[in-house]
Amino acid sequence: MAYCEQCGKEAGDHPRCAARRELEPPRYCADCARRMVVQVTPTGWTAKCSRHGERTSA
Amino acid sequence: MAHSETVTTTQSDILALARTQVLDEGVGLSESQVLDVLRLPDSELDALLELAHEVRMRWCGPEVEVEGIISLKTGGCPEDCHFCSQSGLFESPVRSAWLDVPSLVEAAKQTAKTGATEFCIVAAVRGPDARLLAQVAAGIAAIKDEVDINIACSLGMLTQEQVDQLAAMGVHRYNHNLETAKSHFTNVVTTHTWEERWETLRLVREAGMEVCCGGIVGMGESLEQRAEFAAQLASLTPDEVPLNFLNPRPGTPFGDLEPMAGPDALRTVAAFRLAMPRTVLRFAGGREITLGDLGARRGMLGGINAVIVGNYLTTLGRPAESDIDLLGELQMPIKALNDTL
Repeated sequence: MAYCEQCGKEAGDHPRCAARRELEPPRYCADCARRMVVQVTPTGWTAKCSRHGERTSA
Repeated sequence: MAHSETVTTTQSDILALARTQVLDEGVGLSESQVLDVLRLPDSELDALLELAHEVRMRWCGPEVEVEGIISLKTGGCPEDCHFCSQSGLFESPVRSAWLDVPSLVEAAKQTAKTGATEFCIVAAVRGPDARLLAQVAAGIAAIKDEVDINIACSLGMLTQEQVDQLAAMGVHRYNHNLETAKSHFTNVVTTHTWEERWETLRLVREAGMEVCCGGIVGMGESLEQRAEFAAQLASLTPDEVPLNFLNPRPGTPFGDLEPMAGPDALRTVAAFRLAMPRTVLRFAGGREITLGDLGARRGMLGGINAVIVGNYLTTLGRPAESDIDLLGELQMPIKALNDTL
């Protein structure tokens, strides 16, 4: 199952999450829905899932 | 008809009065005068923004101060600021994180590359403990070794000893927002008081650091309270006022509030400029969702003379290049570092 990285629920049609995505880093792991540790910097972000590793904006 | 004619006369009066009092004499508007400005109809918005821009150019000049911000310690805050996704008391998706010193230095380098002269280190805390201050001290020393930029901090409420420590580290400016009008504060924060925030600002000023103090509009305050807030900030005479627009954060008590309407946000920008003709008035968080790209331009031509570029603490902003390009297009020079020393 895939999960929404904005709300952590099952991926699907989430209008509010879609609107938010442009100005939000991911908050939940798309693979397991765990909350990720997110660090925002002036030019990017990193998001770490304890099980599935790190994603970055680059 | 008679009522609308009366209103129109009052509206003309406040703009004419502001032109004389603020533009010509450099005296900021009072609370009741700010309220008159906030009540101006949309049809008067262009004239208002034009006047605020003239005031900014007359009393501050054409330069724009550019700043980048970074979260050194994210989330897990014990306070209950109802707008904030970093409070540990709410069901927010933001998790706690600490930034290491090399990453802090890299963020300062990225910020300096945009032409910014200010780099603000922020922590989500009630006030700094020894561990945080040690991390800040190490970070500032490392940045000063490698990056030519002014360093500001925002670490919550301070004791005299902590103020002295930060001043000794070379912190050039300290941010501590009053957030909202005194009369609205308890609707926004209950874990500390407006007066406690004011006391930290007093200590910062006495220590010789520049005072950066603003807040967030669109948190359910009335127009009267927005005017009250402008007047209270003006009475503080801060060096900088960061003006944020509420970006409702999921899981926070204010998560379901609607973002402020664009015209209201622009009226607020202009009103704050007319209340504080000489301060650095900075476009800060929430402007993207409240105003969009067109609003950014109108704000820059409506009293703003400083911007936070790039991302914010937990959310993303416009690309820094978009703002830098806009400043070039508007022929507004970026304030140089040697102008600030």
